[in-house]
Amino acid sequence: MAISNWAVSIENLGFRYPGNERVSFSGLNLQVAKGDRFGLFGPNGAGKTTLMNLMTGVLKADAGSVKLSGVDVNANNKAANRLFGFVPQDFSFYHELSPVENLEFFGAWAGLNKTQITQRTDELLSILGLNDVRDKAVGKFSGGMKRRVNLAIGVIHNPEIIFLDEPTVGVDVHTRHAIMEYLQTLNNNGTTLIYTSHQLSEAEDLCKHIAFIDAGQIIAEGDIETVLQQHSHETLEELFINLTGKALRD
Amino acid sequence: MFKLWLTIKKDLRILLRDRVGLALMFLMPIVLVVVVTSIQNSTFQLVNKNKLPAVIFNLDTGQSGQQFIKDIDKIGLFKVIELKGKSTDSLTNQMDQNDAMLGLVIPRNYSSQVRAKAASSADKAMAEFNGSADSLNTPAPVIDALTVYYNPVLQQSLRFSIQGAIQSAMQLVESRQTLRTLYYNTNEKEMPEALEKEMLSADTKINMVAASKNGTHTTPNAAQHNVPAWTIFAMFFVIMSLGGSVVREKISGSFIRLKTLPTSYAVGIISKQLAYLVVTQLQAAVIFSMGIWLFPLIGLPALNIPNDIFGTVVITVVCGWCAVSYAICVGVFASTHEQANGFGAISIVILACIGGLMVPSFAMQGLAKTMASFSPMHWCLDAYYGLFLEGAQLKDLTNNILSLLIISLALQFITYMGLKRKNLI
Repeated sequence: MAISNWAVSIENLGFRYPGNERVSFSGLNLQVAKGDRFGLFGPNGAGKTTLMNLMTGVLKADAGSVKLSGVDVNANNKAANRLFGFVPQDFSFYHELSPVENLEFFGAWAGLNKTQITQRTDELLSILGLNDVRDKAVGKFSGGMKRRVNLAIGVIHNPEIIFLDEPTVGVDVHTRHAIMEYLQTLNNNGTTLIYTSHQLSEAEDLCKHIAFIDAGQIIAEGDIETVLQQHSHETLEELFINLTGKALRD
Repeated sequence: MFKLWLTIKKDLRILLRDRVGLALMFLMPIVLVVVVTSIQNSTFQLVNKNKLPAVIFNLDTGQSGQQFIKDIDKIGLFKVIELKGKSTDSLTNQMDQNDAMLGLVIPRNYSSQVRAKAASSADKAMAEFNGSADSLNTPAPVIDALTVYYNPVLQQSLRFSIQGAIQSAMQLVESRQTLRTLYYNTNEKEMPEALEKEMLSADTKINMVAASKNGTHTTPNAAQHNVPAWTIFAMFFVIMSLGGSVVREKISGSFIRLKTLPTSYAVGIISKQLAYLVVTQLQAAVIFSMGIWLFPLIGLPALNIPNDIFGTVVITVVCGWCAVSYAICVGVFASTHEQANGFGAISIVILACIGGLMVPSFAMQGLAKTMASFSPMHWCLDAYYGLFLEGAQLKDLTNNILSLLIISLALQFITYMGLKRKNLI
């Protein structure tokens, strides 16, 4: 396996949805260092989810390459899949099952054995405050509890890189705080976080590096302080409006 | 194997917690098989066991009318109810009161007309014997028509059988009278009874042999048709649960999440097939058990167990796999629950109709019969008919098994292409 300092390395990425005339990405380059907390921001339709799908191998690039820790996502899909965890915006799990049953299933698919699954399940349910409801069907949980289950599934196999697509959308302050704290802990232990959100104040607290993306192009990139200074803004929200305009996006 | 086992466990857990789905897959076919078998049982009995009730108004006062009633009774097709009275005005009421499917009216001067015709025929025969040339040109006396009233529900084929039976009884009455007259004219004494019997009875026997593969004589009844038919329907009806399950995984994003994990989605597809294959086999076991043990307790004919149990298991597994493959295929292409359930239910009912599950395909004609041969349900049912009714062995069902395997593999391929096209694998 290639040794790389980059958790994510994107080179000359080209992609267009089949049947769609508009090119989503053309010649895109982006690197995220190992251990980074990287935020990807942009208005609706800017291409954040598409880029995340390309980084996780859900979509295949038409041109260029996406490498995770030196492993080409398209050429070596299953090896790349072992390196990362994915926390989608949707509650992508089985609502009829309990947290334990969901973690058991997704843990097995992530390549863990029975002992590892039991150990990680106990750990995660305890950290994320789900121990009391560990055997209850997830379908009856509040939105915040479901978000925590969604996160637990994404990190059960202790991945090197975690892709988080709006992990705190629709949750109360307590749950947001718990999730952010846990993500911070993971990062302190060396896990790379790739994060998208519309909660820019939250992103300011979490991220070290950011990239603004619009119409398939990276329009600003770097560590937060530098980017804000370069554009003479004090907050990400001001910068966001300045870069992408005030027009509504669908 | 660990991943596959946990995936099967996941699918079974979801399945067991879907009470509506379980009711649709088990309770509904059980209710259907009992209700439909009960209703059809009376029709089967009417055709196969019960005699047709027939009321007879005999307006004739002579011997031939009585003889005709005896001859009609001997045929064995009718339960004869002889009505007294001189008027036929209330015949339809009498048919209704006696639950009769037929009403026969023997004309007023039937005996004298039969006698006249017999005398005429005997005279012609004697004249021929004596060399009189013109005797055959003399017209025979006419016998008034016998009127048959029938319940309109009687099917045309059954009406033809009834007409044939009545004509043979009338023929017997007339032939007997002609023979007696001829004998008397020749010998000037009554014909001996033994001779009359010998001359009128047919000595050529008819051997009726059921065309079964092993010589068994299982009579088709409502259970033999409905139990296999509704078992097949139930197996294909897993689409309501399985199709919905696939759609739910797509909508919730679980498919995409699974795609980001280092396990082939083939494990997920195999798991679903195994879990639901188990369901189809349980459905068959439950419905067959009902046919064998419960039906006799509630007055329905018992399902006969086929000789080739292994063959029955193989057909049930192949049929179940075909049903599961179809359900997954529909689930992959449907975008919503409504699409999966709506299309699933309608397509299953259509396949069941053209496949001969609701109306046996041997009763179909023309285009309907041709269409039946394109329904996988027909291939399954045909195989079950072979096992349950004709004593077939597994080797006799090779064509059915091959057809089912080919369509199942085709469905698997279409499913794979659908998953690829939708970027789900």
